[in-house]
Amino acid sequence: MNKNINVPPEAAKKKIRKPIFSEIAAVPHTVWSVLFIVLPLIFVCYYAFTDSEGALTFDNILALSSHAHTFLTSICYAFIATVICLVVGYPLAFSISQASAKRQGMLIMLLMIPMWMNLLIRTYSLMAILDDGGLLNGLLKAWGLGELNIIGTSGAVIFGMVYDFLPYMVLPIYSVMTKQDRKLIEAAYDLGCPRLSAHLKVTLPLSVPGIVSGITMVFVPSISTFYISQKLGGGTRELIGDTIERQFQNRATYNVGAAISLVMMILILISVAIMNKFSDEDSEGGIIV
Amino acid sequence: MKTLSRAFMILVFGILYIPMMVLVLFSFNSSKSTGNFTGFSFKWYAELFRDSATFIALRNTLILAACSAILATIIGTLAAVGIYKMKNKYLKASINTVTNIPMMNPDIVTGISMMLLFVFVGGMLGLEDKLSFWTMLIAHTTFNLPYVILSVMPKLRQMDVHLPEAAMDLGCTPLQAFFKVELHTILPGIITGMMMAFTLSLDDFVISFFTSGSDFQTLPLLIYSMTKKEVTPDMYALSTIMMTAILILMLLTNIRSDKKKQVK
Repeated sequence: MNKNINVPPEAAKKKIRKPIFSEIAAVPHTVWSVLFIVLPLIFVCYYAFTDSEGALTFDNILALSSHAHTFLTSICYAFIATVICLVVGYPLAFSISQASAKRQGMLIMLLMIPMWMNLLIRTYSLMAILDDGGLLNGLLKAWGLGELNIIGTSGAVIFGMVYDFLPYMVLPIYSVMTKQDRKLIEAAYDLGCPRLSAHLKVTLPLSVPGIVSGITMVFVPSISTFYISQKLGGGTRELIGDTIERQFQNRATYNVGAAISLVMMILILISVAIMNKFSDEDSEGGIIV
Repeated sequence: MKTLSRAFMILVFGILYIPMMVLVLFSFNSSKSTGNFTGFSFKWYAELFRDSATFIALRNTLILAACSAILATIIGTLAAVGIYKMKNKYLKASINTVTNIPMMNPDIVTGISMMLLFVFVGGMLGLEDKLSFWTMLIAHTTFNLPYVILSVMPKLRQMDVHLPEAAMDLGCTPLQAFFKVELHTILPGIITGMMMAFTLSLDDFVISFFTSGSDFQTLPLLIYSMTKKEVTPDMYALSTIMMTAILILMLLTNIRSDKKKQVK
């Protein structure tokens, strides 16, 4: 049909205006990313494989075996903190998603306010409570229950991680849960599925993308923290973050620090990639904070 | 079941809020102690307004957050548009992957990788102060970028591709069509991205820690240097003020969105 309409070529050209959007718009970002994301990572590799004079060496990587224990401790702590966050965060996200719309808004707000508070201040106030001469021990003493030594234990460090990062677990799970079609779960009830197994067969599998991004968002900052362990570990619980931070305090140990960072980064990127395999390719739920 | 879930919620929120309540309480303490409440006073609030170091740090934090948020919003919005229009699948995938690196990488690695770059380049250029406001601005913009792109991208995907065409058929120039249709549609995403960037920058400690110079100190850095020794309650006072401001802001936006819903 259209072929029959005879339009002069010039007129047609004039009529077709192209939208202004084009790929060229991505150029500044691409240049920025190469300069400030890719290049710095190349520098990490460069420093990891050279000595302080700039000569090629594998000593930094080989020296890592002396930090193996710290690595294991960090992985262990971060893993436990993530599991606790999941065990507490999943039911919390579910409970919030079941509340009335008005209350949901309020609860999510309550959850987000702590995230707005500076992490250092929150960790410090936690320390003020748990400290030997702190509030908790004061209360315990007043009730005649004796004193507890909390600061400096691994429990304190893990509790700090859970306390600081719990909202990062709840929010992505919640945002996936609210998007779920309620009809699905109703259909499961109609077909005779009991409540619990309907939850396990419908709600849980549909929440996996949220769970995956929640786990990532808790695990990554937990494993690399150096602040929580300094404050709540009382200086006795060294995590890999502390080790890295110490190496960068003077120029002579930059290379060792770079090597540790490189290994940590590779470990984390691999585990994130594996985690993402579990959720479907587009898991945008995670970023909505 | 209902009471159980309610009790659970109260317990978790209670644990989440107790340290913050303690913080608010002790900002009104008359002594320096953080374990012993000796009496009510506004002393630390007065101290806060007298202390110029805190104010300079607060001002620096706001300047840095505003600059990096604006820069990241401009570059990020353009990038989202460009990536959205990109036809080469591999190029698109690789740009997306690189963009997400700062989000997946632990902050400490992002921080030290940038520091190594700045120190190396600064050394080559023979600069005395290798780390400064500018290196922090670059670092903050870099970790803000993915968040801007990720909040603009869904709005672009939702946009009807025929809308700008329709506008141009009706006589708009491409530039007019861009401002009246395309920009208008993605604006909510841009604003969300900018706000996210601003708050992330405001709160960042780890990346700032590695990329900051001695001449430009932000609030989280000041707090960190204080917690190395002892935090004075004027920091508690500042946190209380900030928390109240956030609370009011959130309540206002909540009330506004409630009203909007009612109108609809």
